[in-house]
Amino acid sequence: MTQKRQSVSFAAYIAMVPMALTVLLAYLGTMLWTARVSVSSSRTFPASDFVGASQYIRLFNNERWLLSLQNVALYGVLFIAACLVIGFLLAVFIDQKVMAEGALRTIFLYPYAMSFVATGLIWQWILNPELGIQEVLHKLGWTSAKFDWIVDQDMAIYTIVIATVWQASGLVMALMLSGLRGVDDEIWKAARIDGIPRWRVYTSIVLPMLKPSVSTAFVLLFVMVVKVFDAVVAMTQGGPGTASEVPAKFIMDYLFGRANIGLASAASIVLLLTVLAIVAPLYFVRNRRAAMGA
Amino acid sequence: MPTPRPRRSPAWTPARLGVYGFLIVAALFFLLPLYVMLVTSVKPMEEIRLGTLFALPQHLTLEPWVQAWSSACTGLECGGIRSGFWNSVAIVVPSTILSIAIGAVNGYALSFWRPRGAGLLFAILMMGAFIPVQVMIYPLVRVLASVNLFSSLPGIIIIHTIFGMPVMTLLFRNYYAALPMELFKAARIDGGGFWRIFLQLMLPMSTPVIVVAVIMQVTGIWNDFLLGLVFAGSEHLPMTVQLNNIINTTTGERLYNVNMAATILTSIVPLALYFISGRWFVRGIASGAVKG
Repeated sequence: MTQKRQSVSFAAYIAMVPMALTVLLAYLGTMLWTARVSVSSSRTFPASDFVGASQYIRLFNNERWLLSLQNVALYGVLFIAACLVIGFLLAVFIDQKVMAEGALRTIFLYPYAMSFVATGLIWQWILNPELGIQEVLHKLGWTSAKFDWIVDQDMAIYTIVIATVWQASGLVMALMLSGLRGVDDEIWKAARIDGIPRWRVYTSIVLPMLKPSVSTAFVLLFVMVVKVFDAVVAMTQGGPGTASEVPAKFIMDYLFGRANIGLASAASIVLLLTVLAIVAPLYFVRNRRAAMGA
Repeated sequence: MPTPRPRRSPAWTPARLGVYGFLIVAALFFLLPLYVMLVTSVKPMEEIRLGTLFALPQHLTLEPWVQAWSSACTGLECGGIRSGFWNSVAIVVPSTILSIAIGAVNGYALSFWRPRGAGLLFAILMMGAFIPVQVMIYPLVRVLASVNLFSSLPGIIIIHTIFGMPVMTLLFRNYYAALPMELFKAARIDGGGFWRIFLQLMLPMSTPVIVVAVIMQVTGIWNDFLLGLVFAGSEHLPMTVQLNNIINTTTGERLYNVNMAATILTSIVPLALYFISGRWFVRGIASGAVKG
Protein backbone atom coordinates (compact mmCIF):
# COMPACT_ATOMS: atom_id res chain seq x y z
CA MET A 1 0.00 0.00 0.00
CA THR A 2 2.69 2.47 0.98
CA GLN A 3 4.71 1.38 -2.02
CA LYS A 4 1.80 2.10 -4.35
CA ARG A 5 0.96 5.43 -2.78
CA GLN A 6 4.50 6.61 -3.26
CA SER A 7 4.65 5.64 -6.91
CA VAL A 8 1.34 7.37 -7.53
CA SER A 9 2.31 10.64 -5.93
CA PHE A 10 5.52 10.45 -7.93
CA ALA A 11 3.40 10.68 -11.07
CA ALA A 12 1.70 13.76 -9.62
CA TYR A 13 5.09 15.36 -9.06
CA ILE A 14 6.16 14.55 -12.60
CA ALA A 15 2.94 16.16 -13.85
CA MET A 16 3.83 19.34 -12.00
CA VAL A 17 7.20 19.69 -13.75
CA PRO A 18 6.00 22.00 -16.57
CA MET A 19 4.30 24.29 -14.05
CA ALA A 20 7.34 24.28 -11.77
CA LEU A 21 9.65 25.10 -14.68
CA THR A 22 7.35 27.87 -15.86
CA VAL A 23 7.06 29.42 -12.42
CA LEU A 24 10.72 29.13 -11.51
CA LEU A 25 12.32 29.91 -14.87
CA ALA A 26 9.82 31.92 -16.87
CA TYR A 27 8.26 33.94 -14.06
CA LEU A 28 10.54 34.19 -11.04
CA GLY A 29 13.78 33.67 -12.97
CA THR A 30 13.08 36.31 -15.59
CA MET A 31 11.90 38.76 -12.94
CA LEU A 32 15.13 38.36 -10.98
CA TRP A 33 17.20 38.55 -14.16
CA THR A 34 15.49 41.74 -15.24
CA ALA A 35 15.83 43.23 -11.77
CA ARG A 36 19.53 42.36 -11.82
CA VAL A 37 20.10 43.85 -15.28
CA SER A 38 18.28 47.02 -14.22
CA VAL A 39 21.07 47.78 -11.75
CA SER A 40 23.88 47.08 -14.22
CA SER A 41 25.36 49.21 -16.96
CA SER A 42 24.05 46.87 -19.69
CA ARG A 43 23.57 48.31 -23.14
CA THR A 44 23.54 45.95 -26.13
CA PHE A 45 24.61 42.99 -24.02
CA PRO A 46 23.85 42.26 -20.38
CA ALA A 47 26.74 43.34 -18.13
CA SER A 48 27.39 41.94 -14.70
CA ASP A 49 28.61 45.08 -12.96
CA PHE A 50 26.63 46.99 -10.39
CA VAL A 51 25.78 50.64 -10.93
CA GLY A 52 23.12 51.08 -8.29
CA ALA A 53 20.09 53.12 -9.23
CA SER A 54 21.73 54.99 -12.07
CA GLN A 55 19.57 53.34 -14.79
CA TYR A 56 16.51 54.37 -12.82
CA ILE A 57 17.82 57.91 -12.51
CA ARG A 58 18.49 58.02 -16.26
CA LEU A 59 15.05 56.61 -16.85
CA PHE A 60 13.32 59.31 -14.90
CA ASN A 61 15.40 61.94 -16.64
CA ASN A 62 14.33 60.55 -19.99
CA GLU A 63 11.67 62.79 -21.45
CA ARG A 64 10.28 60.10 -23.66
CA TRP A 65 9.71 57.86 -20.64
CA LEU A 66 8.07 60.64 -18.66
CA LEU A 67 5.85 61.39 -21.62
CA SER A 68 4.93 57.72 -21.92
CA LEU A 69 3.98 57.62 -18.23
CA GLN A 70 1.90 60.73 -18.59
CA ASN A 71 0.22 59.27 -21.67
CA VAL A 72 -0.55 55.93 -20.10
CA ALA A 73 -1.97 57.61 -16.99
CA LEU A 74 -4.24 59.81 -19.07
CA TYR A 75 -5.10 56.92 -21.37
CA GLY A 76 -5.74 54.59 -18.43
CA VAL A 77 -8.09 56.93 -16.58
CA LEU A 78 -10.11 57.72 -19.71
CA PHE A 79 -10.15 54.18 -21.03
CA ILE A 80 -11.19 52.57 -17.75
CA ALA A 81 -13.78 55.23 -16.92
CA ALA A 82 -15.30 55.18 -20.42
CA CYS A 83 -15.42 51.38 -20.59
CA LEU A 84 -17.03 51.10 -17.16
CA VAL A 85 -19.62 53.80 -17.84
CA ILE A 86 -20.50 52.67 -21.37
CA GLY A 87 -20.44 48.99 -20.41
CA PHE A 88 -22.69 49.62 -17.42
CA LEU A 89 -25.13 51.72 -19.43
CA LEU A 90 -25.32 49.15 -22.21
CA ALA A 91 -25.97 46.40 -19.67
CA VAL A 92 -28.68 48.41 -17.89
CA PHE A 93 -30.45 49.32 -21.13
CA ILE A 94 -30.26 45.77 -22.45
CA ASP A 95 -31.71 44.58 -19.15
CA GLN A 96 -35.01 46.45 -19.80
CA LYS A 97 -36.63 43.42 -21.45
CA VAL A 98 -35.96 44.79 -24.90
CA MET A 99 -36.52 43.15 -28.24
CA ALA A 100 -33.62 41.53 -30.06
CA GLU A 101 -31.57 41.33 -26.90
CA GLY A 102 -29.39 38.56 -28.28
CA ALA A 103 -28.58 40.53 -31.43
CA LEU A 104 -27.72 43.64 -29.43
CA ARG A 105 -25.39 41.72 -27.13
CA THR A 106 -23.70 40.20 -30.14
CA ILE A 107 -23.22 43.64 -31.70
CA PHE A 108 -21.74 45.16 -28.56
CA LEU A 109 -19.36 42.33 -27.90
CA TYR A 110 -18.03 41.40 -31.36
CA PRO A 111 -15.20 43.96 -31.34
CA TYR A 112 -13.76 42.16 -28.34
CA ALA A 113 -13.19 39.08 -30.49
CA MET A 114 -10.88 41.05 -32.76
CA SER A 115 -7.22 41.77 -32.20
CA PHE A 116 -5.99 45.16 -31.01
CA VAL A 117 -4.00 45.40 -34.24
CA ALA A 118 -7.09 44.99 -36.39
CA THR A 119 -9.04 47.41 -34.19
CA GLY A 120 -6.25 49.97 -34.42
CA LEU A 121 -6.05 49.68 -38.20
CA ILE A 122 -9.79 50.08 -38.70
CA TRP A 123 -9.87 53.24 -36.64
CA GLN A 124 -6.72 54.53 -38.25
CA TRP A 125 -8.66 54.35 -41.50
CA ILE A 126 -11.85 55.95 -40.16
CA LEU A 127 -9.92 58.77 -38.50
CA ASN A 128 -7.64 59.36 -41.48
CA PRO A 129 -7.91 63.14 -42.01
CA GLU A 130 -7.70 63.05 -45.80
CA LEU A 131 -10.27 60.36 -46.50
CA GLY A 132 -11.97 59.59 -43.23
CA ILE A 133 -14.64 61.27 -41.13
CA GLN A 134 -13.15 64.73 -41.49
CA GLU A 135 -13.39 64.52 -45.27
CA VAL A 136 -16.94 63.22 -45.07
CA LEU A 137 -17.91 66.23 -42.96
CA HIS A 138 -16.24 68.53 -45.50
CA LYS A 139 -18.13 66.86 -48.34
CA LEU A 140 -21.35 67.39 -46.44
CA GLY A 141 -20.65 71.09 -46.58
CA TRP A 142 -19.19 71.59 -43.15
CA THR A 143 -15.86 72.68 -44.60
CA SER A 144 -14.43 73.99 -41.36
CA ALA A 145 -14.91 70.68 -39.57
CA LYS A 146 -11.69 69.51 -38.00
CA PHE A 147 -11.21 65.94 -36.86
CA ASP A 148 -7.55 65.22 -37.41
CA TRP A 149 -6.76 64.01 -33.90
CA ILE A 150 -4.75 61.08 -35.15
CA VAL A 151 -2.07 63.36 -36.63
CA ASP A 152 -2.35 65.98 -33.90
CA GLN A 153 0.38 65.93 -31.24
CA ASP A 154 -2.01 66.84 -28.45
CA MET A 155 -4.91 64.66 -29.50
CA ALA A 156 -3.39 61.42 -30.85
CA ILE A 157 -3.65 59.62 -27.52
CA TYR A 158 -7.40 60.22 -27.47
CA THR A 159 -7.83 58.36 -30.74
CA ILE A 160 -6.32 55.32 -29.06
CA VAL A 161 -8.87 55.75 -26.29
CA ILE A 162 -11.71 55.78 -28.85
CA ALA A 163 -10.52 52.66 -30.64
CA THR A 164 -9.83 50.60 -27.54
CA VAL A 165 -13.03 51.68 -25.76
CA TRP A 166 -14.91 50.56 -28.86
CA GLN A 167 -13.16 47.24 -28.56
CA ALA A 168 -13.42 46.58 -24.83
CA SER A 169 -16.64 48.12 -23.52
CA GLY A 170 -18.67 45.13 -24.73
CA LEU A 171 -16.63 43.02 -22.36
CA VAL A 172 -17.69 45.21 -19.45
CA MET A 173 -21.28 44.97 -20.67
CA ALA A 174 -21.11 41.16 -20.63
CA LEU A 175 -19.70 41.11 -17.10
CA MET A 176 -22.21 43.66 -15.79
CA LEU A 177 -25.12 41.94 -17.48
CA SER A 178 -24.35 38.67 -15.74
CA GLY A 179 -24.15 40.65 -12.50
CA LEU A 180 -27.51 42.33 -13.17
CA ARG A 181 -29.14 39.00 -13.90
CA GLY A 182 -28.06 37.87 -10.45
CA VAL A 183 -29.96 40.71 -8.74
CA ASP A 184 -32.96 39.38 -6.86
CA ASP A 185 -36.33 40.28 -8.36
CA GLU A 186 -37.69 40.99 -4.87
CA ILE A 187 -35.64 44.16 -4.84
CA TRP A 188 -37.43 45.39 -7.95
CA LYS A 189 -40.81 44.52 -6.51
CA ALA A 190 -40.07 46.25 -3.22
CA ALA A 191 -38.79 49.32 -5.02
CA ARG A 192 -41.91 49.46 -7.19
CA ILE A 193 -44.17 49.23 -4.16
CA ASP A 194 -42.23 52.01 -2.45
CA GLY A 195 -42.45 54.07 -5.62
CA ILE A 196 -38.70 54.48 -6.01
CA PRO A 197 -37.75 55.47 -9.57
CA ARG A 198 -35.79 52.89 -11.54
CA TRP A 199 -32.70 55.02 -11.98
CA ARG A 200 -32.50 55.50 -8.19
CA VAL A 201 -32.68 51.76 -7.68
CA TYR A 202 -29.88 51.29 -10.20
CA THR A 203 -27.57 53.88 -8.70
CA SER A 204 -28.26 53.34 -4.98
CA ILE A 205 -29.04 49.64 -4.70
CA VAL A 206 -28.03 47.69 -7.79
CA LEU A 207 -24.68 49.34 -8.51
CA PRO A 208 -23.31 48.64 -5.02
CA MET A 209 -24.44 45.03 -5.46
CA LEU A 210 -22.41 44.78 -8.66
CA LYS A 211 -19.14 45.43 -6.86
CA PRO A 212 -17.65 42.01 -7.74
CA SER A 213 -18.40 42.55 -11.46
CA VAL A 214 -17.00 46.06 -11.31
CA SER A 215 -13.80 45.00 -9.60
CA THR A 216 -13.31 42.13 -12.05
CA ALA A 217 -13.85 44.50 -14.95
CA PHE A 218 -11.49 47.02 -13.39
CA VAL A 219 -8.68 44.50 -13.02
CA LEU A 220 -9.11 43.27 -16.60
CA LEU A 221 -9.16 46.80 -17.98
CA PHE A 222 -6.18 47.78 -15.84
CA VAL A 223 -4.16 44.88 -17.21
CA MET A 224 -5.09 46.03 -20.73
CA VAL A 225 -3.89 49.55 -19.93
CA VAL A 226 -0.49 48.34 -18.78
CA LYS A 227 -0.23 46.13 -21.85
CA VAL A 228 -1.36 48.74 -24.37
CA PHE A 229 1.04 48.31 -27.26
CA ASP A 230 -0.59 46.65 -30.28
CA ALA A 231 -3.19 49.35 -30.73
CA VAL A 232 -0.62 52.13 -30.50
CA VAL A 233 1.70 50.44 -32.98
CA ALA A 234 -1.18 49.87 -35.38
CA MET A 235 -2.71 53.34 -35.10
CA THR A 236 -0.01 55.92 -34.59
CA GLN A 237 3.29 54.04 -34.09
CA GLY A 238 3.69 56.19 -31.02
CA GLY A 239 3.49 59.35 -33.09
CA PRO A 240 3.21 61.96 -34.30
CA GLY A 241 6.78 62.19 -33.08
CA THR A 242 6.57 60.59 -29.67
CA ALA A 243 3.20 62.12 -28.81
CA SER A 244 1.40 58.82 -28.19
CA GLU A 245 4.32 56.91 -26.71
CA VAL A 246 3.37 54.36 -24.01
CA PRO A 247 5.58 52.47 -21.52
CA ALA A 248 5.13 49.05 -23.13
CA LYS A 249 6.29 50.47 -26.44
CA PHE A 250 9.11 52.45 -24.86
CA ILE A 251 10.46 49.25 -23.33
CA MET A 252 10.20 47.29 -26.59
CA ASP A 253 12.00 50.06 -28.47
CA TYR A 254 14.85 50.23 -26.00
CA LEU A 255 15.16 46.44 -25.78
CA PHE A 256 15.22 45.66 -29.46
CA GLY A 257 15.57 48.87 -31.42
CA ARG A 258 17.89 51.01 -29.37
CA ALA A 259 19.81 48.21 -27.66
CA ASN A 260 19.67 49.64 -24.19
CA ILE A 261 18.55 46.71 -22.11
CA GLY A 262 19.68 48.21 -18.81
CA LEU A 263 17.34 51.14 -19.21
CA ALA A 264 14.55 48.98 -20.61
CA SER A 265 14.88 46.58 -17.68
CA ALA A 266 14.63 49.43 -15.20
CA ALA A 267 11.50 50.58 -17.01
CA SER A 268 9.95 47.12 -16.89
CA ILE A 269 10.64 46.83 -13.18
CA VAL A 270 8.90 50.18 -12.64
CA LEU A 271 5.95 48.85 -14.63
CA LEU A 272 5.91 45.64 -12.61
CA LEU A 273 5.92 47.47 -9.29
CA THR A 274 3.08 49.71 -10.44
CA VAL A 275 0.99 46.70 -11.41
CA LEU A 276 1.65 44.93 -8.13
CA ALA A 277 0.87 48.08 -6.15
CA ILE A 278 -2.55 48.34 -7.75
CA VAL A 279 -3.56 44.71 -8.28
CA ALA A 280 -2.22 43.16 -5.08
CA PRO A 281 -4.54 45.09 -2.70
CA LEU A 282 -7.57 44.21 -4.84
CA TYR A 283 -6.53 40.59 -4.94
CA PHE A 284 -6.00 40.58 -1.20
CA VAL A 285 -9.37 42.16 -0.46
CA ARG A 286 -11.15 39.71 -2.69
CA ASN A 287 -9.45 36.67 -1.18
CA ARG A 288 -10.29 37.88 2.29
CA ARG A 289 -13.86 38.46 1.32
CA ALA A 290 -14.00 34.96 -0.20
CA ALA A 291 -12.44 33.47 2.91
CA MET A 292 -14.93 35.26 5.15
CA GLY A 293 -17.83 34.25 2.96
CA ALA A 294 -16.79 30.60 3.07
CA MET B 1 -37.20 30.06 -5.61
CA PRO B 2 -36.61 32.52 -8.42
CA THR B 3 -39.87 33.48 -9.99
CA PRO B 4 -39.89 34.61 -13.62
CA ARG B 5 -40.27 38.34 -13.97
CA PRO B 6 -43.86 39.37 -14.63
CA ARG B 7 -44.38 39.59 -18.36
CA ARG B 8 -46.11 42.85 -18.92
CA SER B 9 -46.10 43.99 -22.47
CA PRO B 10 -44.36 47.33 -22.01
CA ALA B 11 -46.27 50.25 -23.44
CA TRP B 12 -44.60 52.65 -25.85
CA THR B 13 -43.93 55.29 -23.26
CA PRO B 14 -41.38 58.04 -23.87
CA ALA B 15 -39.04 56.19 -21.48
CA ARG B 16 -39.41 53.08 -23.60
CA LEU B 17 -38.60 55.01 -26.76
CA GLY B 18 -35.60 56.46 -24.97
CA VAL B 19 -34.34 52.98 -24.15
CA TYR B 20 -34.58 51.92 -27.77
CA GLY B 21 -33.15 55.20 -28.98
CA PHE B 22 -30.07 54.74 -26.83
CA LEU B 23 -29.61 51.13 -27.84
CA ILE B 24 -30.01 51.86 -31.55
CA VAL B 25 -27.51 54.71 -31.48
CA ALA B 26 -25.08 52.56 -29.52
CA ALA B 27 -25.54 49.65 -31.93
CA LEU B 28 -24.86 51.93 -34.90
CA PHE B 29 -21.65 53.17 -33.28
CA PHE B 30 -20.49 49.61 -32.68
CA LEU B 31 -21.38 48.50 -36.20
CA LEU B 32 -19.97 51.53 -37.99
CA PRO B 33 -16.34 50.31 -38.20
CA LEU B 34 -17.46 46.93 -39.49
CA TYR B 35 -19.56 48.63 -42.13
CA VAL B 36 -16.75 50.99 -43.18
CA MET B 37 -14.33 48.10 -43.34
CA LEU B 38 -16.63 45.99 -45.51
CA VAL B 39 -17.56 48.77 -47.91
CA THR B 40 -13.99 49.97 -48.26
CA SER B 41 -12.79 46.47 -49.05
CA VAL B 42 -15.04 46.15 -52.10
CA LYS B 43 -14.44 49.61 -53.59
CA PRO B 44 -11.91 50.41 -56.29
CA MET B 45 -9.27 52.98 -55.25
CA GLU B 46 -10.80 55.68 -57.50
CA GLU B 47 -13.92 55.66 -55.35
CA ILE B 48 -11.94 55.72 -52.13
CA ARG B 49 -10.04 58.80 -53.30
CA LEU B 50 -13.33 60.68 -53.47
CA GLY B 51 -13.41 60.65 -49.68
CA THR B 52 -16.87 59.20 -49.38
CA LEU B 53 -16.13 56.94 -46.47
CA PHE B 54 -19.68 55.83 -45.77
CA ALA B 55 -20.97 55.56 -49.33
CA LEU B 56 -21.84 52.21 -50.81
CA PRO B 57 -19.56 51.08 -53.64
CA GLN B 58 -20.56 52.19 -57.14
CA HIS B 59 -18.56 49.46 -58.80
CA LEU B 60 -18.33 46.45 -56.59
CA THR B 61 -15.01 44.66 -56.88
CA LEU B 62 -13.48 41.67 -55.15
CA GLU B 63 -10.03 42.48 -56.49
CA PRO B 64 -8.84 43.97 -53.16
CA TRP B 65 -9.62 40.70 -51.41
CA VAL B 66 -7.65 38.73 -53.99
CA GLN B 67 -4.73 41.13 -53.63
CA ALA B 68 -4.84 41.08 -49.85
CA TRP B 69 -4.80 37.33 -49.83
CA SER B 70 -2.20 36.63 -52.46
CA SER B 71 -0.15 39.63 -53.59
CA ALA B 72 -0.08 42.44 -51.06
CA CYS B 73 3.38 43.34 -49.79
CA THR B 74 4.14 42.46 -46.19
CA GLY B 75 7.40 44.36 -45.91
CA LEU B 76 9.79 43.10 -48.59
CA GLU B 77 7.81 40.11 -49.68
CA CYS B 78 4.71 40.46 -51.80
CA GLY B 79 2.89 37.17 -51.40
CA GLY B 80 -0.17 38.54 -49.65
CA ILE B 81 -1.35 37.66 -46.20
CA ARG B 82 -1.96 34.03 -46.98
CA SER B 83 1.41 32.84 -45.66
CA GLY B 84 0.61 34.67 -42.42
CA PHE B 85 -2.68 32.85 -42.27
CA TRP B 86 -0.98 29.48 -42.47
CA ASN B 87 1.72 30.60 -40.02
CA SER B 88 -1.02 31.55 -37.56
CA VAL B 89 -2.67 28.18 -38.03
CA ALA B 90 0.66 26.44 -37.49
CA ILE B 91 1.16 28.43 -34.29
CA VAL B 92 -2.39 28.31 -32.93
CA VAL B 93 -3.11 24.59 -33.32
CA PRO B 94 -0.17 23.14 -31.37
CA SER B 95 -0.10 26.03 -28.86
CA THR B 96 -3.76 25.51 -28.06
CA ILE B 97 -3.44 21.76 -27.68
CA LEU B 98 -0.29 21.96 -25.58
CA SER B 99 -1.48 24.74 -23.29
CA ILE B 100 -4.81 23.02 -22.69
CA ALA B 101 -3.16 19.66 -22.04
CA ILE B 102 -0.82 21.18 -19.47
CA GLY B 103 -3.54 23.32 -17.93
CA ALA B 104 -5.82 20.29 -17.57
CA VAL B 105 -3.15 18.14 -15.94
CA ASN B 106 -2.21 21.01 -13.61
CA GLY B 107 -5.81 21.61 -12.63
CA TYR B 108 -6.39 17.90 -12.06
CA ALA B 109 -3.27 17.48 -9.93
CA LEU B 110 -4.06 20.62 -7.93
CA SER B 111 -7.65 19.60 -7.24
CA PHE B 112 -7.29 15.92 -6.42
CA TRP B 113 -3.67 15.01 -5.69
CA ARG B 114 -2.33 18.17 -4.16
CA PRO B 115 1.36 17.30 -4.26
CA ARG B 116 3.39 19.18 -1.69
CA GLY B 117 4.42 22.65 -2.82
CA ALA B 118 1.91 22.71 -5.67
CA GLY B 119 -0.30 25.24 -3.88
CA LEU B 120 2.57 27.69 -3.58
CA LEU B 121 3.56 27.18 -7.22
CA PHE B 122 -0.02 27.84 -8.24
CA ALA B 123 -0.18 31.03 -6.18
CA ILE B 124 2.96 32.35 -7.89
CA LEU B 125 1.61 31.26 -11.26
CA MET B 126 -1.51 33.35 -10.62
CA MET B 127 0.60 36.37 -9.76
CA GLY B 128 2.48 35.68 -12.96
CA ALA B 129 -0.70 36.47 -14.87
CA PHE B 130 -0.22 40.10 -13.86
CA ILE B 131 3.47 40.43 -14.58
CA PRO B 132 3.84 42.72 -17.60
CA VAL B 133 5.31 40.61 -20.40
CA GLN B 134 8.04 43.20 -20.92
CA VAL B 135 9.63 42.00 -17.69
CA MET B 136 9.96 38.51 -19.10
CA ILE B 137 10.58 39.03 -22.79
CA TYR B 138 14.29 39.69 -22.98
CA PRO B 139 15.39 36.94 -20.59
CA LEU B 140 13.11 34.50 -22.41
CA VAL B 141 14.67 35.51 -25.71
CA ARG B 142 18.06 34.65 -24.29
CA VAL B 143 16.92 31.36 -22.78
CA LEU B 144 15.33 30.27 -26.05
CA ALA B 145 18.36 31.44 -28.03
CA SER B 146 20.64 29.39 -25.80
CA VAL B 147 18.75 26.22 -26.71
CA ASN B 148 18.39 27.24 -30.38
CA LEU B 149 14.64 27.70 -30.23
CA PHE B 150 14.49 31.46 -30.67
CA SER B 151 12.75 32.54 -33.89
CA SER B 152 11.37 29.07 -34.45
CA LEU B 153 7.95 27.48 -34.50
CA PRO B 154 8.59 25.34 -31.40
CA GLY B 155 9.89 28.48 -29.68
CA ILE B 156 6.72 30.53 -30.17
CA ILE B 157 4.60 27.50 -29.22
CA ILE B 158 6.48 27.17 -25.92
CA ILE B 159 6.03 30.89 -25.29
CA HIS B 160 2.27 30.72 -25.83
CA THR B 161 2.09 27.69 -23.55
CA ILE B 162 3.98 29.54 -20.82
CA PHE B 163 1.83 32.64 -21.03
CA GLY B 164 -1.39 30.65 -21.30
CA MET B 165 -0.64 28.50 -18.29
CA PRO B 166 -2.09 30.69 -15.50
CA VAL B 167 -5.56 31.04 -17.00
CA MET B 168 -5.70 27.47 -18.32
CA THR B 169 -4.65 26.03 -14.97
CA LEU B 170 -7.15 28.19 -13.11
CA LEU B 171 -9.94 27.26 -15.50
CA PHE B 172 -9.41 23.52 -15.08
CA ARG B 173 -8.71 23.75 -11.37
CA ASN B 174 -12.03 25.50 -10.79
CA TYR B 175 -13.83 22.99 -12.96
CA TYR B 176 -12.35 19.96 -11.22
CA ALA B 177 -12.85 21.51 -7.79
CA ALA B 178 -16.59 21.52 -8.46
CA LEU B 179 -16.62 17.76 -9.19
CA PRO B 180 -17.48 15.49 -6.23
CA MET B 181 -14.43 14.19 -4.41
CA GLU B 182 -16.22 10.84 -3.92
CA LEU B 183 -15.87 10.17 -7.60
CA PHE B 184 -12.12 10.46 -7.33
CA LYS B 185 -11.98 8.39 -4.14
CA ALA B 186 -14.00 5.61 -5.76
CA ALA B 187 -11.61 5.55 -8.68
CA ARG B 188 -8.69 5.36 -6.25
CA ILE B 189 -10.25 2.40 -4.46
CA ASP B 190 -10.72 0.68 -7.81
CA GLY B 191 -6.97 0.96 -8.19
CA GLY B 192 -6.77 3.82 -10.67
CA GLY B 193 -3.42 5.58 -10.88
CA PHE B 194 -2.69 9.26 -11.59
CA TRP B 195 -2.78 9.08 -15.36
CA ARG B 196 -5.46 6.42 -15.62
CA ILE B 197 -7.94 8.40 -13.55
CA PHE B 198 -7.11 11.48 -15.57
CA LEU B 199 -7.44 9.89 -18.99
CA GLN B 200 -10.38 7.57 -18.36
CA LEU B 201 -12.45 9.47 -15.83
CA MET B 202 -11.64 13.18 -15.70
CA LEU B 203 -10.89 13.94 -19.33
CA PRO B 204 -14.13 12.45 -20.71
CA MET B 205 -16.03 14.59 -18.17
CA SER B 206 -14.20 17.73 -19.17
CA THR B 207 -15.79 18.46 -22.54
CA PRO B 208 -17.57 21.69 -21.49
CA VAL B 209 -14.46 23.22 -19.94
CA ILE B 210 -12.31 22.10 -22.87
CA VAL B 211 -14.67 23.89 -25.27
CA VAL B 212 -14.29 27.11 -23.25
CA ALA B 213 -10.52 26.65 -23.11
CA VAL B 214 -10.27 26.10 -26.87
CA ILE B 215 -12.25 29.27 -27.57
CA MET B 216 -10.12 31.31 -25.18
CA GLN B 217 -6.80 30.02 -26.45
CA VAL B 218 -7.59 30.09 -30.16
CA THR B 219 -8.88 33.66 -29.92
CA GLY B 220 -6.09 34.83 -27.66
CA ILE B 221 -3.24 33.25 -29.61
CA TRP B 222 -4.67 34.17 -33.00
CA ASN B 223 -4.97 37.80 -31.91
CA ASP B 224 -1.53 37.94 -30.31
CA PHE B 225 0.82 40.49 -31.80
CA LEU B 226 3.65 41.19 -29.37
CA LEU B 227 4.79 37.62 -28.73
CA GLY B 228 4.59 36.71 -32.41
CA LEU B 229 6.56 39.81 -33.31
CA VAL B 230 9.39 38.95 -30.92
CA PHE B 231 9.52 35.17 -30.82
CA ALA B 232 8.12 33.75 -34.06
CA GLY B 233 10.96 34.76 -36.36
CA SER B 234 10.56 36.09 -39.89
CA GLU B 235 9.72 32.64 -41.27
CA HIS B 236 6.72 32.17 -39.05
CA LEU B 237 5.30 35.64 -38.50
CA PRO B 238 1.65 35.32 -37.52
CA MET B 239 -1.09 37.01 -39.50
CA THR B 240 -1.46 39.94 -37.09
CA VAL B 241 2.18 40.96 -37.54
CA GLN B 242 1.99 40.61 -41.33
CA LEU B 243 -1.19 42.65 -41.35
CA ASN B 244 0.51 45.46 -39.49
CA ASN B 245 3.42 45.25 -41.94
CA ILE B 246 1.10 45.44 -44.94
CA ILE B 247 -0.53 48.57 -43.66
CA ASN B 248 2.26 50.43 -41.98
CA THR B 249 5.29 49.82 -44.20
CA THR B 250 3.93 50.26 -47.69
CA THR B 251 5.62 52.79 -49.86
CA GLY B 252 3.75 54.69 -52.54
CA GLU B 253 0.02 54.99 -52.57
CA ARG B 254 -1.75 53.28 -49.70
CA LEU B 255 -4.25 50.77 -50.95
CA TYR B 256 -6.93 51.24 -48.36
CA ASN B 257 -9.26 48.72 -49.95
CA VAL B 258 -6.59 46.02 -49.86
CA ASN B 259 -5.71 47.03 -46.31
CA MET B 260 -9.28 46.67 -45.13
CA ALA B 261 -9.71 43.33 -46.90
CA ALA B 262 -6.53 42.13 -45.15
CA THR B 263 -7.86 43.36 -41.81
CA ILE B 264 -11.11 41.47 -42.27
CA LEU B 265 -9.27 38.34 -43.36
CA THR B 266 -7.15 38.52 -40.22
CA SER B 267 -10.21 38.92 -38.03
CA ILE B 268 -12.26 36.19 -39.67
CA VAL B 269 -11.13 33.29 -37.52
CA PRO B 270 -11.82 34.84 -34.10
CA LEU B 271 -15.03 36.49 -35.35
CA ALA B 272 -16.31 33.21 -36.77
CA LEU B 273 -15.48 31.52 -33.49
CA TYR B 274 -17.36 34.23 -31.64
CA PHE B 275 -20.45 34.09 -33.83
CA ILE B 276 -20.57 30.30 -33.79
CA SER B 277 -19.85 29.78 -30.12
CA GLY B 278 -21.82 32.74 -28.74
CA ARG B 279 -22.58 31.95 -25.14
CA TRP B 280 -19.48 29.79 -24.74
CA PHE B 281 -17.34 32.72 -25.74
CA VAL B 282 -18.92 34.85 -23.02
CA ARG B 283 -18.40 32.06 -20.54
CA GLY B 284 -14.77 31.93 -21.58
CA ILE B 285 -14.37 35.65 -20.93
CA ALA B 286 -16.02 35.28 -17.56
CA SER B 287 -13.70 32.42 -16.60
CA GLY B 288 -10.71 34.34 -17.82
CA ALA B 289 -11.91 37.27 -15.80
CA VAL B 290 -11.82 35.24 -12.63
CA LYS B 291 -8.06 35.50 -12.66
CA GLY B 292 -8.47 38.91 -11.09
